[in-house]
Amino acid sequence: MNHKLEAADLTLFRGERCLFAGIGFALAHGAVLALKGANGSGKTSLLRALAGLIDLEEGTIKWDGRPVLEDPQQFRSQFVWYGHRTGFKQDLTPLENLKFDAMLRPQRDASPRDVLCSVGLEKQMELPMRQLSAGQQRRAALARMLIADVPLWLMDEPFTNLDVAGREFVEATLGTHLTRGGMAIIATHQALSLSVPVDELVIQ
Amino acid sequence: MPGMITAFVATTQRELLLSLRRPGDMLNPLVFFLMVSTLFPLAIGPDNETLKEIGPGVTWVAALLAMLLSLNSLFMSDYEDGSLEQLLLSGQPLPVIGLGKTLAHWLVTGLPLVIVAPIVAVTYRLPNEVIVVMMMTLLLGTISLSLLGAIGAALTVGIHRGTALLSLLVLPLSMPLLIFGARTVALAAGNEVYSAGIFFLAAYAVGALTLAPFATAAALRISNE
Repeated sequence: MNHKLEAADLTLFRGERCLFAGIGFALAHGAVLALKGANGSGKTSLLRALAGLIDLEEGTIKWDGRPVLEDPQQFRSQFVWYGHRTGFKQDLTPLENLKFDAMLRPQRDASPRDVLCSVGLEKQMELPMRQLSAGQQRRAALARMLIADVPLWLMDEPFTNLDVAGREFVEATLGTHLTRGGMAIIATHQALSLSVPVDELVIQ
Repeated sequence: MPGMITAFVATTQRELLLSLRRPGDMLNPLVFFLMVSTLFPLAIGPDNETLKEIGPGVTWVAALLAMLLSLNSLFMSDYEDGSLEQLLLSGQPLPVIGLGKTLAHWLVTGLPLVIVAPIVAVTYRLPNEVIVVMMMTLLLGTISLSLLGAIGAALTVGIHRGTALLSLLVLPLSMPLLIFGARTVALAAGNEVYSAGIFFLAAYAVGALTLAPFATAAALRISNE
């Protein structure tokens, strides 16, 4: 199914300070939106607001033409979040973490082991997360995106702590996701090199 | 998409697995409970009548404090490693996930207190029938405390050193439990009718079970703004 995300007039205050006002965009299937802006400009806040973690001052977000606030839980099962922190328990192994994650949203027909192998963690999947390097932990978090069967990826600084190979891997998986008809919103300072054109939204 | 029951069971299992990996967190409240409640008889002396009189109250206070001690960590590690974000943004209903976590918390903190309560009761020379009543009140009381505590823990999760605030939030709500719990055991020890207290504690537990998960979910969303 072809999904569609539209946002209009987004306005967000943090305390007295206005982070952004009147921001809008539309995202169709197979498209990617890069959120740009200086540090502290509100990229992460915008992404969190889109996910529903922060309440917007004003503005509407529509998923397939319906405001997401009408059924936030249904909307939450349409995306997967890739944040600053991995969201995996340090005391559990990547495999255990990924198996738990499978309960949280619709899943692809792939085994967690295969997905962890595909992100390059075949030797580490049975080790506790705390024994993995920061980059390896990011790779484990990436496995969550790969196994989820959802149209929308929300990514906050996805290239942090990744080596060149890791970065290329993220871009390759993003490419696959987009050609499948998925969509992504990415907050990043870095230029994305993807096979599809990248829309940019600059937050002042 | 997996159903609610699957999500509930998976959450509980994950929490239990995490407790197994860190047994210290599980033992802390239990050791605290045992220490406080067995030190009292040593300090007060071996007078049977006095011990019988203070036994129910002291045990209940120790149990309440032990539960409070363990609440702070309920959502803390999830908040710090970002997995709370993932839970908040999942397609599963948050009250169900919160209830799963609360059940696991009760299984590793509340239930052990109920199980060791007879050992404590013996040091206060309480007779066997009274020990049964004490276990029953603690069973119902700790369920309510876990559920109430989850609300407080969810509200204070983003706050650095929120323990004092957490106690301040949870203690007033748990006063009825302490009063009825301790008094019920005292009545049983005095060979009086005590069933009303049990009914009250059961009603409180059912009420908490019905309402607390929703309050916990709402609190988690607020503190993650």
